Amino acid sequence: MASTYTVTKEQILSISGVDPLKCMRCGKCSATCPSYDEMEYHPHQFVAMVEKGEIEKLMDSPSIYKCMSCMACIQRCPRQVEPAKLVEAIRLGVTRQQERNHLKPDDIPALLDPELPQQAIVSAMRKYTK
Amino acid sequence: MKYSYFPGCTLKNKAQELDRYGRDAAAALGIELEELPQWQCCGGVYPLSHDEIAIKLSSVRALAAARDDGAALVTLCSACHNVIKQVNHDMQTDDYVITRVNNYLAEDGIAYNGETKVLHYLELLRDEIGFDEIKQKVAAPLKGQKIGAYYGCLLLRPSGVMAMDDPEHPMIMEDLIAALGAQPVVYAQRNECCGGYLTLEDKSIPEKRAAAILENARAQGAETIITACPLCYYNLKKHAAGTGVEVKYFTELLAQALGVKEGE
Repeated sequence: MASTYTVTKEQILSISGVDPLKCMRCGKCSATCPSYDEMEYHPHQFVAMVEKGEIEKLMDSPSIYKCMSCMACIQRCPRQVEPAKLVEAIRLGVTRQQERNHLKPDDIPALLDPELPQQAIVSAMRKYTK
Repeated sequence: MKYSYFPGCTLKNKAQELDRYGRDAAAALGIELEELPQWQCCGGVYPLSHDEIAIKLSSVRALAAARDDGAALVTLCSACHNVIKQVNHDMQTDDYVITRVNNYLAEDGIAYNGETKVLHYLELLRDEIGFDEIKQKVAAPLKGQKIGAYYGCLLLRPSGVMAMDDPEHPMIMEDLIAALGAQPVVYAQRNECCGGYLTLEDKSIPEKRAAAILENARAQGAETIITACPLCYYNLKKHAAGTGVEVKYFTELLAQALGVKEGE
């Protein structure tokens, strides 16, 4: 589903507090990302694409729902760029729009199993829903 | 010694053993964990965007309540710890967050500026009690057991804020394992993610992560791995069958070694 509203590069930079110009393109964020194989665009590409203003492409990519928020890229970036904050800002650019939640409360019952901890549901709702 | 205690939603439900063994072990060590009379879910994940304010309020309410009780706030679940410690750091350092959070909370008569000390249960063991002291109190040493620590993400990162241990070469859980009389096993995947909340939508991703973690632990000789996180526990345990590695909460082994595990 294409984006309903335009979200600007400036908005993403403001929400995230990230400065993509600090990136020296070493690729360590993507090399250490445990979700690398699941993503269409990888953490280093989020940084480069935001810098180029390619926000819409990122907003339309399922990659924004594959970040585990493990903070490996945040911890290990030698330039403190913190790519996961861009992934989060782009995702918020989508979920803050009307009817654009990735997960709805009605979806939850079918996803439960008897051992699933509450923490998983709360965390996923926080990440996928506004 | 008395501490305020924030158990969190999961420890009241699917992770009751993590909580019960933790409380029993604390009592055996002469530590009084007093559960906050009122608390709300921490939200499970710290918001990575700078402009999210409302979802930090439950953490701040717990932090302010602990301050008013004059006690440090102890957490046990890795996720609660990560959220509450990061929010506390915001309330000490970030004027944007401090102003807005206090604007919300003024209605409840709360003003908070990061006064509370937040301790994870592991820090309580290491820094307040001391592993030497714990070693003295071990009644049933876990002799011969080869145990790997599984830190995951939330205990250590971001290290500048969490400040529990070296984010790439942590020792706190290995030192605890040794104090309990077992042999700590170090393996590379111990601080790599289990797949986290992605498990709600797609079990295949945590399955791959769990396989990598469990195989690596097994290859280094671990028979058991221990965690402080209910979600890591779930993702790892779900895929542990047939790997030869058992997954346990660290408080279970602590209670066992102290001789206070139920039925022993």
